[in-house]
Amino acid sequence: MQSRSTGAYLGWTAALFVVLFYAFVPVLWLVSLSLKTPATVSDKNFVPQDVTLDNYTTLFEGGLDSPLLRPLINSVAIALIATVIAVTLASFTAYAIARLDFPGKAVILAGALAIAMFPPISVVGPLFDMWRTLGLYDTYVGLIIPYLTFALPLAIYTLVAFFREIPWELEQAAQVDGATPWQAFRKIILPLAAPGVFTAAILVFIFAWNDFVFAITLTSSDASRTVPAALAFFQGESQFTAPTGNIAAAAVLVTVPIIIFVLIFQRRIVAGLTAGAVKG
Amino acid sequence: MADIKLHDITKRYADGTEAVKHMNLEIEDGEFMILVGPSGCGKSTALRMIAGLEDISEGELLIGDRVVNNLAPRDRDIAMVFQNYALYPHMTVRANMGFALKLAKVPQAEIDAKVEDAARTLDLTEHLDRKPANLSGGQRQRVAMGRAIVRDPQVFLMDEPLSNLDAKLRVQMRTEVSRLQRNLSTTMVYVTHDQTEAMTLGDRVAVMRSGVLQQVDTPRVLYNDPVNIFVAGFIGSPAMNFFSGAISNGKVKLPFAEVAAPEGVSHSGDVIVGIRPEDFEDARFAPSDHPAGVQFTAPIEVLESMGSEIYVYFSFEGGEVSSDELAELARDSGIAETPSGGAGLAVARLNPESDISQGQRAKLWFDGAKLHLFDPADGSSLRRAEQEQEQAAQAAQATQEAVQAESEKAPSARADAEQDDETTPE
Repeated sequence: MQSRSTGAYLGWTAALFVVLFYAFVPVLWLVSLSLKTPATVSDKNFVPQDVTLDNYTTLFEGGLDSPLLRPLINSVAIALIATVIAVTLASFTAYAIARLDFPGKAVILAGALAIAMFPPISVVGPLFDMWRTLGLYDTYVGLIIPYLTFALPLAIYTLVAFFREIPWELEQAAQVDGATPWQAFRKIILPLAAPGVFTAAILVFIFAWNDFVFAITLTSSDASRTVPAALAFFQGESQFTAPTGNIAAAAVLVTVPIIIFVLIFQRRIVAGLTAGAVKG
Repeated sequence: MADIKLHDITKRYADGTEAVKHMNLEIEDGEFMILVGPSGCGKSTALRMIAGLEDISEGELLIGDRVVNNLAPRDRDIAMVFQNYALYPHMTVRANMGFALKLAKVPQAEIDAKVEDAARTLDLTEHLDRKPANLSGGQRQRVAMGRAIVRDPQVFLMDEPLSNLDAKLRVQMRTEVSRLQRNLSTTMVYVTHDQTEAMTLGDRVAVMRSGVLQQVDTPRVLYNDPVNIFVAGFIGSPAMNFFSGAISNGKVKLPFAEVAAPEGVSHSGDVIVGIRPEDFEDARFAPSDHPAGVQFTAPIEVLESMGSEIYVYFSFEGGEVSSDELAELARDSGIAETPSGGAGLAVARLNPESDISQGQRAKLWFDGAKLHLFDPADGSSLRRAEQEQEQAAQAAQATQEAVQAESEKAPSARADAEQDDETTPE
């Protein structure tokens, strides 16, 4: 019995290491590349022989005209704005879907799901033409709108699940206590749905942050180009040197905001917020 | 504080089902009114309509002198305690109790004072800064009550507030509720499916079945003079025994005995006879000089000794009653699972000194003056039916309103009259 559980423990540990190895090797490789000098980029050493931070510093040389600073600002701004709008709208929608009985509820949910499954690549062509006509091409708004289209269904689905978990009696208790529907929503429902709101926020932020298809198609300058698109425009020091080190450094930097964002909000995703509300 | 009037209130859902049908009820200022009935009888729906949590399909609802049909819950000046408490889990007990006052923009100092006052009453002072998740069931229940009382509303509404507590705590909280209502003397409407709560708490009790109000009266009248077989079977524990019998020549024939029919009953033919378990006795302990007492022997199938009393289940033949109302009662109250629910068994409550034992044929006695007679066709009480006929004749000239007022006030007077009947030798 004892040996079997020890064996299982070792087995699981081994499996865990395989997964970790699989997940981390590409990341570590990127880090390794980003610390190498151009001369040693292709020396096939996993651990850099002589470490340099040049790849990072050159990304920011020249302030706002630098290769990465302006795209980084664009990325953060666009992803944050899209996240805030999507989560706000989605929480209203999800609340209505979870609580109210209205005609067309099923259609809204099915429609949202259909849109979420739509391949983005099939809409970028028409969007490109439309945005140029409307003057939205190469603007923040031009990117935020398509992001919302895909982020909203995601957020709605996440939030509906959370809202359904909140006992309806709580809201009725608030109504009897003298709350307007808005007060009941803001003071009772929303605080309890916080884990759902943050989960949705993380998902939407990551989606907007990682997008490449819309970013590369609907932007043409640093005015609105986001980091994933900007990476594709990196140039080497001469046309014969590939900017491998710079791309690796930028790739490492791009993951940092995501990690910070997730770490901040993950702390708010705690289970059992509604514990003690109702009995039975 | 205010009275509540329900005029012809109906709740109809979109699919056409009616949860509450033409309910008329007047709850007086400061009264403790209980709505009781089996699950699905519409009592909670009625309460939620008073609260404003359900729309009223038809009829008029007044709180005080205001028609409140179309007022939102927050404009009705009511407080409600929910069956599952519905405490705000992200707030402390203090914030939970002060939430309504805070919404009403009461100054913080006043809120604190009121909350602490209520907490003292409910013995919650040391828990004020804890979250609901860290409280026991009984404490949560008290917080839910505290949340209602700090508001000092016109009306308290309670939706089975004790049903989630364990048996011991429930009894304790029951006295607490009763004390609270007396001290606050606020109008209270209390929904329960537990007839013991109904009998012990209420000034008056409204018994409901399938959305229809059956009888509204004091617990005593409900017990002594139920309008129909449903109320008779619902009120009282253990439940009333029913036998099918027949009246002929002024005698009521029961499966195990024959007794003189109560005075004033002119019905003849088949009847359903109800006898409460407490109107039976071991023949040895029966009052010897009781004129209406009847002795009989019956085989004792099961004996349950409770210490302070003994319940025996005796069998009889050829007098089983089958009726829709009884079937519904049995289903909802779980009577079907007790020995008395089985066909051909009746329960009797005996003196604890009784030496009757299981399996023997024992001499039992019952009080023939305390028979309840019901019409087998519709389950209505025969005695009441005849009284009402008499009254209707007398009141024929009175206006409609006067008749209505009469039938609402009369039962208590009638009950007293009937009790006199029962103690008078026949």
